[in-house]
Amino acid sequence: METIVSVKDLSFSYGGSFKLSSITLNVEAGTVLALLGPNGCGKTTLLKCINALLKPEKGKVLIDGKNAHELKRWEIARLVGYVPQAHVPPFPYSTLDLVLMGRTAHLEFFQQPSNLDQQIAEQALRMVGLSHLGHRPYDQLSGGERQLALIARAIAQEPKLLLLDEPTAHLDFKNQFLVLDMVRRISRENGIGVIMSLHDPNQAIMFSDAVALMKNGSIFAVGPPHSVVTREKIETIYEISVRIVKHTDGSFIIPSMESFS
Amino acid sequence: MPRLRKSVFLLLLLLPLPVFFLSLTIGSYQIPFDELLAILFQGIAPFLNSDSSQTQIYRDVIFMIRLPRILLALFGGIALSVSGASLQSVFKNPLVDSYILGLSAGAGLGAALAIAFLPNIIGLTQLFAFLFSFMAFMLTYFVARDRGQASTVSLVLAGVIVTALFSAALSMIKFFTVPEKLSSVVYWLMGSMAVSGWKEVLYSVPLILLSFLIITLMRWRLNVLSMGDEEAKSLGINVERDRLVVLLTTTLMVSSFVSVAGIIGWVGLVIPHLVRMLVRTPDNRIVIPISASLGGVFLLLADDVARSLTSYELPVGVITTIIGAPFFLYLLKKRGGGSWRQ
Ligand SMILES: Nc1ncnc2c1ncn2[C@@H]1O[C@H](COP(=O)(O)OP(=O)(O)O)[C@@H](O)[C@H]1O
Ligand SMILES: [Mg+2]
Repeated sequence: METIVSVKDLSFSYGGSFKLSSITLNVEAGTVLALLGPNGCGKTTLLKCINALLKPEKGKVLIDGKNAHELKRWEIARLVGYVPQAHVPPFPYSTLDLVLMGRTAHLEFFQQPSNLDQQIAEQALRMVGLSHLGHRPYDQLSGGERQLALIARAIAQEPKLLLLDEPTAHLDFKNQFLVLDMVRRISRENGIGVIMSLHDPNQAIMFSDAVALMKNGSIFAVGPPHSVVTREKIETIYEISVRIVKHTDGSFIIPSMESFS
Repeated sequence: MPRLRKSVFLLLLLLPLPVFFLSLTIGSYQIPFDELLAILFQGIAPFLNSDSSQTQIYRDVIFMIRLPRILLALFGGIALSVSGASLQSVFKNPLVDSYILGLSAGAGLGAALAIAFLPNIIGLTQLFAFLFSFMAFMLTYFVARDRGQASTVSLVLAGVIVTALFSAALSMIKFFTVPEKLSSVVYWLMGSMAVSGWKEVLYSVPLILLSFLIITLMRWRLNVLSMGDEEAKSLGINVERDRLVVLLTTTLMVSSFVSVAGIIGWVGLVIPHLVRMLVRTPDNRIVIPISASLGGVFLLLADDVARSLTSYELPVGVITTIIGAPFFLYLLKKRGGGSWRQ
């Protein structure tokens, strides 16, 4: 299988005590990697390093074989779609205009989006099932719809790699699954590699092809979900005791109530 | 919400034309309408021949006095409102413009320095206005910035301080100017197009046109820049470079106008806001061209009022302030105190 991104021995620091150290990861085309780890372990920082928003002290990021930190912004944006946590922009653009912004990297400096770009944006909106909301101002969408619109914008970039930072944060029970299912389908159908940070180990089991467990800025374990999301490993990185519950759909993890008493 | 209809868009875009002709008829010197038509369209419609004994005077009034002033007001309105819309996008903040950020005061000081102390060389006033305008802006920005972010409240406060500083320096200049040059500095300071002729048009309109063209071509980029630095970068924009291009271009359009017409406030704040309400989208692909046309119309009408309301000239800046300041207060009130924090 074709490797889309490979992170090699990457280290980064903001200048304070926190440090990402010696991160090594690979993601193949059409597969989803989930990043799991406690708050502040460095998931967002790692995603920003991969997207070349932050410059590592050591190591490198190869995207489609090219060194991400030597590419121009528009070159990176044609390879990597970044989905930040849903937010409210200062100007209430229509949802379609927001998605159309994904086409920017394909335009010349003085160029405006063409009819073709418009069609690609509409197609991306259709893919996430929001065609009917194209003309609605983005700030009037629900949290789940906003997340989907941001995913559509990243798809409109026609990237090979999709990075999602906590795509399920602030979403209700149903929308979390809707969004994750969408991400997995898009990845499979378009051969896009995905890295996303999650908080729920069970969602990682259900929706990813590989899981990387992070702790204090390092990768603690990485591999297929069933070999990484185990009782011992989860207990080590989150520092609580958990139990494995077997179900016909697979094994799931729940915290053991004794650990809170 | 339906998108803006093409016909409405065209109508708004062409609005400056009728206002332009209306403004030609306004003035203390009465020119009969048929004479006006004859003088303007003689070339293409010879049957409109006018042979009144006063034709030459009418011609002079129209071509030497009214036309340059009207053009200056039109392009001045374009410069002020388009710069306002652009600055609002790069600062992700609908409550700033060239006046609030101190650009105008900076341009004023630079121009006054050149007018008062330097030899009368073509373009020198414009160059000084540009340099001082950018300097004032940098000062505002660095005072307001805290860990890479500049909030509305700190930008407005820093802008007030920088404007006060530059205005004080401007008053000093008046004090030290030799009497022969004092009147031209004072006249210019009032923020008025009363003394403008073709020379003023020549010195400012080409520069305004050039910078307006650049901003028009970057109007989609402005949308993306308004989403915030990290997001714009992720979408493929070299944020530092593009923002600098926008800032230098807006400085050029504002300072070119200020260098010939003095400081006129509020246009850049009021017009883009009004346009966003009118076209019901913040999309700069629509907001930039419509701001240009309505900005031009607004300053032109304000100047028509300034020169015809009373028997003597009112400074047009007074009129834009009387309309703009209450509008700004209304916006602040409507958006609530929260708009100051972000
Ligand atoms: N801009 C920044 N400057 C300095 N430290 C930061 C910055 N952003 C995050 N950090 C620190 O880096 C660590 C990792 O943060 P982050 O990558 O956001 O973690 P996560 O996404 O896993 O919750 C935290 O200790 C955080 O305080
Ligand atoms: Mg995070």
